[in-house]
Amino acid sequence: MITDNSYPRRNPTALLSSVSSDSHTWNLVYLELVLAEAGYDVHNLGPCVPDELLIENGRRYRPDLIVISSVNGHGASDGTRLIQRIRADAALAGTPVVIGGKLGTDGTAGAVERERLLLSAGFAAVFEDATDLSPFLAFAAGVHRAVSTATGRIPDEHTERYATVRR
Amino acid sequence: MSTPNDMPPFGGDFGAFVRRAHAQGRLVVQPRMGFGDPALMREGLAAVARLPAATAGTITLDSYTRVGDYRAIEAALANGERLNGYPIVSLHPDVTLGVTLGLAGPDFQIQVRHGSPDPLDIVRAMSRVGLYATEGGPLSYCLPYGRLPVRRAVDNWRRCCEELAALRRPGAEPHLETFGGCLLGQLCPPSLLVAVSVLEALFFRRHGLRSVSLSYAQQTNHQQDLQALAALRTLARRHLSDVDWHVVLYTYMGLFPATRSGAMRLAEQSVRLAAQGGVERLIVKTAAEAHRIPTIADNTQALRAAADWFDEAGRFADGPGPMGGGDHSDGDDGDDGSDNEVLHEACALIEAVLELSDDVGRALVEAMRGGLLDVPYCLHPDNAGNSRSFIDARGRLAWSRAGAMPVRPQPDHDSPMSSAQLLAALSYVADRSAAASPYSTASRREG
Repeated sequence: MITDNSYPRRNPTALLSSVSSDSHTWNLVYLELVLAEAGYDVHNLGPCVPDELLIENGRRYRPDLIVISSVNGHGASDGTRLIQRIRADAALAGTPVVIGGKLGTDGTAGAVERERLLLSAGFAAVFEDATDLSPFLAFAAGVHRAVSTATGRIPDEHTERYATVRR
Repeated sequence: MSTPNDMPPFGGDFGAFVRRAHAQGRLVVQPRMGFGDPALMREGLAAVARLPAATAGTITLDSYTRVGDYRAIEAALANGERLNGYPIVSLHPDVTLGVTLGLAGPDFQIQVRHGSPDPLDIVRAMSRVGLYATEGGPLSYCLPYGRLPVRRAVDNWRRCCEELAALRRPGAEPHLETFGGCLLGQLCPPSLLVAVSVLEALFFRRHGLRSVSLSYAQQTNHQQDLQALAALRTLARRHLSDVDWHVVLYTYMGLFPATRSGAMRLAEQSVRLAAQGGVERLIVKTAAEAHRIPTIADNTQALRAAADWFDEAGRFADGPGPMGGGDHSDGDDGDDGSDNEVLHEACALIEAVLELSDDVGRALVEAMRGGLLDVPYCLHPDNAGNSRSFIDARGRLAWSRAGAMPVRPQPDHDSPMSSAQLLAALSYVADRSAAASPYSTASRREG
């Protein structure tokens, strides 16, 4: 974690993680900041997260959104296995889970087919090799709005959220 | 898997090979190549061996092997999925012997690269096929790569060093490279990179290695990088005088320029850095890496370019260059250290850590616990997480917050970082190289 989420939960919560075989970090550090700026309290599990650990943390935090980021080329196969386990877990079966990054070993070749497989396996959205973050941001904003409306919580303004980012 | 009764086919001496090349005024260039398919892996090694340059071969392992998930490899192989590296543990030794046979020899050394905090299976698989050179370290292969407690990574790496060292026999000298100079790839101030690289080399020596290399990854500023390389050499001379050592430089590991010309400029800059810094070995990066797993041609092209640039740099470098630097005994690396900030900070860090215990491994565990080593932006649960870095007006990496580390931060620069600011810092080098680079032209004049 590079932001501070130790205060009582006020905002929609995102669980951010890589897949079990992926050691890349900067994508996660960056997305932690992006999600915090989008008004989420973020739990960043870091790289190389075994499936069980992700599910354990999912049960613990009951996130409103799970974000999986992977860039090592194994994201599609690791992600398919992971989402099946998440979907099989009673506590997390309804949580929206998205995946993005570089998901194959050969650039964007095969991306359309990968997206189809990942969606049918249970991901709510797939953002592959996005040089443009806006589709992901739009999705995250949609979940944020829905959660805030449903719970009657008033989302923080960015300025307030920033005040909680640990110096 | 059975252990062959006869001697492994080849052991070799990676360190001696690099030393020989250096004595001839040549820079050893090396890719980071790894393929899941043994035939392709062999083809790749053969292509690197054939190049008219001093090359070392690389077998980079896949990331399932790195985390010990051998079931995932079986599943991937059964489904015909491509792995992102060579699964040395899962393949029969005869298959790997088929990959290296006739290629590995005194003039073509192969290093196995992975990233595992628990490398025993890997070291055993390597040694069965006579591959005795690898890389890593108890901190550098733990902190960036997952969640395993540092204490356990230290135990694992101690056993790995001891088993590797036990392979020593006439004609075979095990070699270990520290990955500490590459922590997180970018935005880590050089003093911490140098300190961890030296501490890991001390750890290797303590547990039996007699041949080591110390890594350093090109960062944001040429002059600061030169200071870091000089600091590394000074500290290696001071602490490692009784083992064979050399310095290995990594071409910038962070976000690469999107344009081909920008990528070439940055790669060329790293070669010039190697020449001026008296570096013995260079790990190159391909322009394709940002988009996909590089092909064999991507790799050989990058190696060939690096070797050519080095020849060119050797002709105009008048500082410590291919012929002038790198002699372990001369004590002259173009920098007497008196105004080398990187050296001062690295010294302070190393001394603070070594004071914690007579045992280097225990000292590393204690140092992490107390935040005496604190890697900025590192997400590992054992990292204190109280340090932050920034790129100053001159383009040098500096501390805005130091936590408990004995280095002086510049608190004026300590402010919450937005995602846009982080992206700007991560893209700093790529942006500078993509534009007509003042970084590049300035240092050409200096060279």
